[in-house]
Amino acid sequence: MAKQKNYGMVIDTRVCVGCSACVYACKSENSVPEGYCRDWVVQETNGTYPKLSMENRSERCQHCEKAPCVTYCPTGASHYAEDGTVQVNRSRCTGCKACLAACPYDARFVHPEGYVDKCSLCKHRLDQGLETACVSVCPTKSLNLVDFNEPDQEALALMNGKEVYRQKEHAGTRPSLYWISARNKPGV
Amino acid sequence: MNMSHGQDLNRRDFIKISSLFLAGSAAMSTQIGRTLSGNGDALADDGRERVVHSFCEHCFWRCGIAAHVRDGKIYKITGSEHHPLSNGRLCPRGTGGIGQIYDPDRLAHPLIREKKGGKASYRKASWDEAITYTAEKLYKIKEAYGPQAIAMLHHGFGYTFFKEMFKAFGVNKFAKPSYDFCCGPSHQAFLFTYGHEIGTPEGIDIINSKYILFFGTHYGENMHNTAVQEIAEGIRRGLKIVVFDPRFSTLAGKAEKWLPIKPGTDIAMMQALMNVLITENLYDKQFVAENTVGFDELRAEVERMTPEKAAEITDIPAEDIREIARNFARYAPAAAVHPGRRTQWYADGAQRSRAIAILNALAGNYKMPGGMVKYEKYKIPKGAPHHYPEYEKEVWSKYPLFTDIKPENTMGSHEVIQQAIDGELKALFVYGVNVPETITMGRKTALKALGNVDFLAVVDTLPMEVTGYADIVLPECTYLERYDELDGGRPYRTPFVALRQPVVEPMFDSKPGNQIARMLADKLGVHALEDDVETYLDKKLKRAGSSLEEVRKTGVLLGKPTDLYRKTGEKLTFETPSGKIEIASSKFRDAGFDAVPRYTKHPDAPEGFYRVLTGRKPMLTFGRTANNRFLNELPTARENEIWVNPQVAAKHQLSHGEQVHLKNQAGVVSEFPIKVKVTERIRQDAVYMVHGYGHYFKKLKWAYGKGASHNQLISNYDIDTSTGAVGFENNFVTFIKEA
Ligand code: SF4
Ligand code: SF4
Ligand code: SF4
Repeated sequence: MAKQKNYGMVIDTRVCVGCSACVYACKSENSVPEGYCRDWVVQETNGTYPKLSMENRSERCQHCEKAPCVTYCPTGASHYAEDGTVQVNRSRCTGCKACLAACPYDARFVHPEGYVDKCSLCKHRLDQGLETACVSVCPTKSLNLVDFNEPDQEALALMNGKEVYRQKEHAGTRPSLYWISARNKPGV
Repeated sequence: MNMSHGQDLNRRDFIKISSLFLAGSAAMSTQIGRTLSGNGDALADDGRERVVHSFCEHCFWRCGIAAHVRDGKIYKITGSEHHPLSNGRLCPRGTGGIGQIYDPDRLAHPLIREKKGGKASYRKASWDEAITYTAEKLYKIKEAYGPQAIAMLHHGFGYTFFKEMFKAFGVNKFAKPSYDFCCGPSHQAFLFTYGHEIGTPEGIDIINSKYILFFGTHYGENMHNTAVQEIAEGIRRGLKIVVFDPRFSTLAGKAEKWLPIKPGTDIAMMQALMNVLITENLYDKQFVAENTVGFDELRAEVERMTPEKAAEITDIPAEDIREIARNFARYAPAAAVHPGRRTQWYADGAQRSRAIAILNALAGNYKMPGGMVKYEKYKIPKGAPHHYPEYEKEVWSKYPLFTDIKPENTMGSHEVIQQAIDGELKALFVYGVNVPETITMGRKTALKALGNVDFLAVVDTLPMEVTGYADIVLPECTYLERYDELDGGRPYRTPFVALRQPVVEPMFDSKPGNQIARMLADKLGVHALEDDVETYLDKKLKRAGSSLEEVRKTGVLLGKPTDLYRKTGEKLTFETPSGKIEIASSKFRDAGFDAVPRYTKHPDAPEGFYRVLTGRKPMLTFGRTANNRFLNELPTARENEIWVNPQVAAKHQLSHGEQVHLKNQAGVVSEFPIKVKVTERIRQDAVYMVHGYGHYFKKLKWAYGKGASHNQLISNYDIDTSTGAVGFENNFVTFIKEA
């Protein structure tokens, strides 16, 4: 039997230019309705002129290992899939929004058709052995799909020796998205 | 966290703002927003999907695309794995073709302008009527005034068929506005210095470079796919970036050092860098001695531009200038100054680009890893020549250093406008150029020209402002619905020939340019475009060693990778008059211009006014994407803002997010208000706005009235009297608060 997968992402903010290609690719891949998005881009600038710094991030559901959305979902619609991703079973979802309130990352929205939607980590593509739509389009390769059960991966090696963080770790969610900080010097 | 103003996208805001336009664009939902049901999403390979490889038309980079069709509709566009310029990836605009082809505002039928009781209006016409009408007008004007009374302004890759048609008709006044204000001067500068152009993609070996200086080039906001890919790869490999820019651009956000240089002083900075390289003996002496001419002239010119002197001019401390020059020398030859694009800001754009070319020469980086390289083209043997009539002139430009090797530009677009105003031109044929919002002599001048010609024909896919002035509108189908000429003329790491092919049938009553041009040629009775387009492409691809059938599969034909680097001991030759790199340019000297670049001061802003700097957003290509509902959906894309330093905001009592009108130095007030973005990311003497917003044509239902038009605020323009380029950065604005 093939080893079980445990998918996540390593996101290299040093190279992300905030172009939003990932957002558009996701929208067309997943037919995300107008006015909504499953991933979004944050451009954060700090400091005062002329000492400024910037970080660009393409954010989405963090596919947490301890996902509050799953905990608080009363119907079991939000669940862990075998590949380490967090999924929503649309036919079970009643649109009660308990998960929206529980998610510390603001990753979910109510689809106009009544169920809750969010990044699926393009599960339909993963199942076919493809990378996610956002990972495949990204011109800077800021987005890297990883399988944490597979230690020999370039994307995991990318984190070596660098300042890497996870978002809101204090919430105890154990997110599967790792961020290489823009503070890292080139080529480190 | 101290979040910057405005740029940040909070997804709740997004939902809130965006749901406002949900109802208004319901038409789009049925086109692209197919909702999937069940747990998870539809599979791509359910047998109803087909993939067609072609190339993008959202900018001149022309990346390879894979268009995915399901149930007869294109539902997504991804990067072609086969095409060397996309490497399977795309910039956001590349994904946006669905928003263009399914734009509900598209031009659907030929339109003829009619005047009834002094009121102009359009009526639908059949193609036959439209073609007959156009041909008749062109024919009569040529009979009465000669072929030199007709000119074509063009932008976009589909123009070639019209050019062939016009050539057979004896007309060869062609102008592409991007020559004047974008890359023309840079092409010429490198051509005269190195004997070849810097090219598109630019011949800089970014991935292997250790240190690159950028002067006001906004990669990351300018999404030239491959270049952005290479910069990212460079950063992963350790590339250090230095950015000179009055604005903290996205690229500046990646830089080891951002130098907020005073606008208009780049040449002084470049001279000071040369000064340090020369006085501290840091330049590549052997390379310069063996391969260049005119070094002594340069030395004499830059001697006076000490870092201290430059510091006064540029606002950049002398020690920073020294440090950068020394680093540049330390990393050379794996160091470069990037030529940038859209470099024509003042009247000295060509000289500024020459200074960049020279800095590269001083680094001795030519054909070295991480330096300047010369990519090769895929060579397609020429077919039998057409027998076109002799022209009165091959180049119509009056500027002595205007290009004479680019037949798509035989004069500057501003010269076309001027000749129309002067009455020398009687007919204008416009292919894909939204003249009032593109021509960089400003909107007012452009409108004067449009109003003055006897006949104005427009070929476009959308009702742009220019269509509102046309006598005849010929609706072309989009790039996803047609064949075009092969893209085979550009040098790159891997030389290539790319095919544009129809993904779906033309919608409405629109037609491909190749058919429109053929119908016109037939009506004019000239023999251009003898074969139908498929036969033509097949013949050409056969000469290239393949066939249309073969190339249709992947959309691209690849050559052998370019041998980029110098061999040890290799003697370099250059196709310049001297056979060397011309640090002092004989071309410039012979034409009566400075042989080495000289700094001249540009005017400062009047009191209370600010210099207008421009750029773009990554998801938009100016006018071409303005009405694209798919690309414009993100709140960051929907309108432009005016970037204002907090000190300036305080002085004018502007608050973040407030709407203001802009007024320029000539008293022109922006038609629509624009949102203020108060940000630390810009100097106090300048403001910044993205070009291509503030459309005033109501038929562009989405784009109408969003943000302010930059082109409207151009009243002042500077012509480079050497290369005939136009700069427009000497325009200044102040703010008018809403009552
Ligand atoms: S596509 Fe890549 S570079 Fe662009 S915003 Fe998304 S993650 Fe960043
Ligand atoms: S992984 Fe798929 S669903 Fe998630 S943000 Fe990326 S494209 Fe969208
Ligand atoms: S850079 Fe973007 S817009 Fe330009 S051709 Fe490539 S994908 Fe298209």
